[in-house]
Amino acid sequence: MTKLTYRDAVRSALREALARDPRVFLMGEDVGRYGGAYAVSRGLLEEFGPDRVRDTPLSESTFVGAGVGAALGGLRPIVEVMTVNFSLLALDQIVNNAATLRHMSGGQLAVPLVIRMATGAGRQLAAQHSHSLEGWYAHIPGLTVLAPATPADARGLLLAALAEPDPVLIFEHATLYPTEGEVDEAAGPAEIGRAAVRRAGDAVTLVTYGGSLPKALAAADRLAVEGVEAEVLDLRSLRPLDTPAILASLAKTHRVVVVDEGWRTGSLAAEVSARIMEGGFYDLDVPVARVCSAEVPMPYPKHLEDAALPQAETIVATVRGMLRRRG
Amino acid sequence: MTLVEREHALGLLRQMVLIRRFEEKAAELYTVGKIHGFLHLYIGEEAVAVGAMQALTADDAIVATYREHGQALVRGIPAGAVMAEMYGKANGCSRGRGGSMHLFDASRRFYGGHAIVGGGLPVAVGLALADTLQGRRRVTACFFGDGAVAEGEFHESLNLAALWKLPVLFLCENNLYAMGTALARHQAQPDIRLKAQAYGLPADAVDGMDVLAVEAAARRAAEAVRGGAGPFLLEARTYRFRAHSMYDPELYRTRDEVEQWKARDPIARFTARLREWGLLADADLAALEASVAAEIEGAIAEAEAGPWEPVEDLTKDVYARRTP
Repeated sequence: MTKLTYRDAVRSALREALARDPRVFLMGEDVGRYGGAYAVSRGLLEEFGPDRVRDTPLSESTFVGAGVGAALGGLRPIVEVMTVNFSLLALDQIVNNAATLRHMSGGQLAVPLVIRMATGAGRQLAAQHSHSLEGWYAHIPGLTVLAPATPADARGLLLAALAEPDPVLIFEHATLYPTEGEVDEAAGPAEIGRAAVRRAGDAVTLVTYGGSLPKALAAADRLAVEGVEAEVLDLRSLRPLDTPAILASLAKTHRVVVVDEGWRTGSLAAEVSARIMEGGFYDLDVPVARVCSAEVPMPYPKHLEDAALPQAETIVATVRGMLRRRG
Repeated sequence: MTLVEREHALGLLRQMVLIRRFEEKAAELYTVGKIHGFLHLYIGEEAVAVGAMQALTADDAIVATYREHGQALVRGIPAGAVMAEMYGKANGCSRGRGGSMHLFDASRRFYGGHAIVGGGLPVAVGLALADTLQGRRRVTACFFGDGAVAEGEFHESLNLAALWKLPVLFLCENNLYAMGTALARHQAQPDIRLKAQAYGLPADAVDGMDVLAVEAAARRAAEAVRGGAGPFLLEARTYRFRAHSMYDPELYRTRDEVEQWKARDPIARFTARLREWGLLADADLAALEASVAAEIEGAIAEAEAGPWEPVEDLTKDVYARRTP
């Protein structure tokens, strides 16, 4: 085990994949000379050369679409999109092409494409660099949507994505890049579609993913001081969703709070809630609660951004309110 | 003066006639409810696909639009598989999932059938990138219409292909209308070649109603691309004789204009030339028409006899390894 930052863990997986598989290459804006907008790919151009670490023009739709074409042509492209908001310029290629081609061609075509992008708020970057739109992508059949929350998963899920025969989107919450954790660099790919219990408890389940995991864990620590043991379930994969893991934790705690940085309306949290209603209604002592972002474009000043986002305090307050209700 | 080998000429003629008759039949089948959805006919534009695709080898890749029956047939996708696809049958070239607009055949490197205008161009760039990175000397031919040049993906793709010197043959089928909007009504600069030149691509324009001219221009262009000179844009100036899709009151163009273009019908024109050169007798034409008719009858029979995909397979192939 090695202590690595999330950023270094992503780079570790990239380097391993580039070294091991000649079909793998990385392309995106400023991934080469600049070293990546979040310094994830620093050093890879020098190590693997410009054919395999390719700086692209600011043409999201076309370099993502070129990733689709290169995947059709037998390669294993990794496309980095600088942030989720920029990925909207490539929605055509992601939704109309990458997600459809296998089914629409009657199973003839495969698009083994990995698209990585930064997501989320918390860095005062306002309303065009801060949103959490992974829930939108999780709506799309044909896509696999991953949201690693720990350095070990940043590495393991990227390796898993590269082994998939279909397009995979990986959402890296930008506040996670400097966080540290233990990583086994000899470990292989993680399993896609499996949630992980990050903290065991019996009083309430906090279902979360990505950048909200540290907040949920902080909330759980505070609740523990009050004698409330919260279970924290990290989804890791947003499509497919590990519904059995959600229901298993619910069966233990009978209370669920979904913490999701996306907006509440039409959110991934809404999907989790619906699945609980469909599959675990009679296990619920109280209605499912959601802690999501306020329904506003992300504001710039820190106090407003903080107010707009899920916070440990709001999670704690939501759990307290839930426990006051009669079960 | 004879400018073309007889056998080759008759081959070109047969391919154009096959597309024409196939589509005439498809239109009939549409009106009797055998074919549904959108049906975009290529009638009038046959010389473009037939001429251009002479320049390609079996290893080259093709990316086409939703008006792609011609390209599919010329590429050698059996007419029965194309017709069955339009019926929505499981023996269609996309298992019936795509219909007229989404013909695929991986074994022939025929990558669609794209119904988002401009959406195929980035895919073509990527296919060419894959060939380049794997050291394969192949061409990716990317067909698109004049409407696509208004899309950002056109500009981005030309730039990226030129920047990375990728072997893409961009084939613009300029039929003068983006659905119903004339080129001059949506382009400040209607000369499409100039747009390519702005990105450093060599470009050429050709009479898209003349199959031999298209073939010659496409061969020159493909040779340059295959030789490693980077991408090339070839604009074929052509005309769609029928409606944009099956229902179209054609308010945007005059009868006169349509008639003038029909006078330049690529099949009639080529037939006349071949007769003039003594390469085509009445009997040849009759035999050709009969063989095409038989092929189409066979295609319809295959489509009629084909099975429907079982409903249980609805979600098959959304993912390779799991159900959605």
